[in-house]
Amino acid sequence: MPDTREKQQVQFIVAEPAEGAPDPLIRMQEDLKRALQKPVEQRRWVMVIDLRKCVGCSACTIACVAENKLPPGVVYRPVLEEEIGTYPNVTRRFVPRPCMQCDNPPCVPVCPVNATFKRPDGIVEIDYEQCIGCRYCITACPYSARTFDNGRYYSSHTPALQPYEQLANFEYGETWDRSQGDSPIGNARKCHFCLHRLNVGMLPACVTTCIGAATYFGDANDPDSLVSELIASPNVMRLKEEMGTQPKVYYLT
Amino acid sequence: MKTFERILWLVAILGFIIGAYGLYDRVVNGHVNVSYGSYIPWGLWVGAYIYLIGVSAGAFLISALVYVFGIQKLANIGKLALFTAVITLGLAMFSIFLDLGHPERAWRMILRTNFRSMMGWMIWLYSAYFILLIVELWFALRGDLARWSTRQDISGAIARVLSFGKRDASAEAAARDKRILRVLGSIGVPLAIAFHGGVGALFGVVGARPYWNTGLTPIMFLIGALLSGGALLTFVTWVFGPNRGSAEHQETVLLLGKITLGLLLLDVLLEWAEYSIGLYSAIPSDAASMELVLFGPYWWAFWIFHIGLGVLVPVTLLVLFRNSSWAAALAGLFIAFTFFTVRLNIVIPGLAVPELEGLRNAFTGPGLDFDYFPTLTEWLLQIWIISAGVLAFLIGYRLLPIVPERQTALSAETARE
Repeated sequence: MPDTREKQQVQFIVAEPAEGAPDPLIRMQEDLKRALQKPVEQRRWVMVIDLRKCVGCSACTIACVAENKLPPGVVYRPVLEEEIGTYPNVTRRFVPRPCMQCDNPPCVPVCPVNATFKRPDGIVEIDYEQCIGCRYCITACPYSARTFDNGRYYSSHTPALQPYEQLANFEYGETWDRSQGDSPIGNARKCHFCLHRLNVGMLPACVTTCIGAATYFGDANDPDSLVSELIASPNVMRLKEEMGTQPKVYYLT
Repeated sequence: MKTFERILWLVAILGFIIGAYGLYDRVVNGHVNVSYGSYIPWGLWVGAYIYLIGVSAGAFLISALVYVFGIQKLANIGKLALFTAVITLGLAMFSIFLDLGHPERAWRMILRTNFRSMMGWMIWLYSAYFILLIVELWFALRGDLARWSTRQDISGAIARVLSFGKRDASAEAAARDKRILRVLGSIGVPLAIAFHGGVGALFGVVGARPYWNTGLTPIMFLIGALLSGGALLTFVTWVFGPNRGSAEHQETVLLLGKITLGLLLLDVLLEWAEYSIGLYSAIPSDAASMELVLFGPYWWAFWIFHIGLGVLVPVTLLVLFRNSSWAAALAGLFIAFTFFTVRLNIVIPGLAVPELEGLRNAFTGPGLDFDYFPTLTEWLLQIWIISAGVLAFLIGYRLLPIVPERQTALSAETARE
């Protein structure tokens, strides 16, 4: 099987700030540019999701699917939906759930071949070449954040496989061509905070797509970043905090 | 018993042919036509793997009763037990090999082992166990292979090759073999406990799944292994055992039946502990997996297959007909067959309960639901694997001195020389 992986050139893409108050996206983009100037081990990527603003549109879910060309059966960021109360006093709660990139990840110690590991910048990475597809890590995650790529296509059982799903994706900054049956088919896959976009100075796809500007991203080691300010909010929480996994995704309720 | 053997041949050949489609689909289409996926990543093939590896460990530990503890009444089935252990180990390894997303990368488990992972330990423990099994089986067969070297048929030819020139059929050689077997068996007992307890620990250490995460899990795996291995051996000995029809054979089967009954009662006690404590919890989420087992859509697998056919019927047979070897054998068959559902009821319900509220309908797709039932491909491949194992057993039984005929007559001849 030919080695189809290529390394990406690192470029910085910066938008021009508009007149008036800075859009949070602009602020985050500048936070990002600042963080990327630091050595990788000094960055601490975190995500903050404001649940008061989330309307449950799932645009983030779909943007992620499009960005990473996820096949059927693989989803990195579903939006949990819960109905609470009874009519007329009823509400719906929407909780987007990416990978928590835990500081104490339960998925890392169980991998028999050391295919998944925590990077110095906090992201828990999966080495698609090393992963043997045993799926032990998938059972070990308390947040159901990891998925298995069975090798399916949306246009199976139709006259032709469509070109859009035969394109390679660029996760982790490498080229992965699934169409030959190669990785990441047969691997565990999960959200990686769009590491390939971060490396070229772009925010994760879910952050830029959110219609309510409910998702924030940045470097928690930088006290001047937007996420550092938000984490200090009085209404901050994390999922299954009592487990001690130390998730790096914070929610504002 | 010839009829039974014929039935087994027929069933195994049928299974081998029909099941081959499952193998074809898995090899050609990968993991596309299967029901496991992201929310329930482990299914029938993982359940089959833990079942078969348990039978192997159990059969081996029964062989230790012969070679380490020298229980005379079981002396004739030592080779049968070892051979059963080898076959089921091979089947287990093949089952889990094909379950991997990338079986061609399995070698990475050896070169980049993560010893913090229970699964990382497994490849080494299995390799050690496999080597020990093969060597111990060879030493157990050596004397008979030496005696069979003079035969003119295919068994003789195989015996000549496999004896590696060690044709000494004397009593001293036999005594030396016994000593070596004792040493190997003694190493094998803690090894078998380590690796099968380890398989249980593989599940037990997963804190994210409260159904698995108890200290009882590895113990249940070990007792289950002894039970399913012992039960299968009881049946196999009755069908194939040395000197069928003799009083000696009857006594062996009855003893195996008593051991099986004891293990069954112990297993029931442990299951009672597990389920009663788990269900009694006043925190509903702790009991969710067990409620699924007992009252979910596959309640019949637990109540009818396991409790009915796997506990109540065998206990009745083993107690009411305690002097009938056919009853012991039938009980053994029922237990061995239905223990597969016990193993499946460990794997799947642990995963079929959503870990987060609202996850069930958040995003759907193949593998992204909480209903699991094996697909045709999954069933057929498993049938193929088991049929191949039965065929391997039958062929080995025919060609190797696993259960040599006229065994006592032969040893008497040798003693006179």
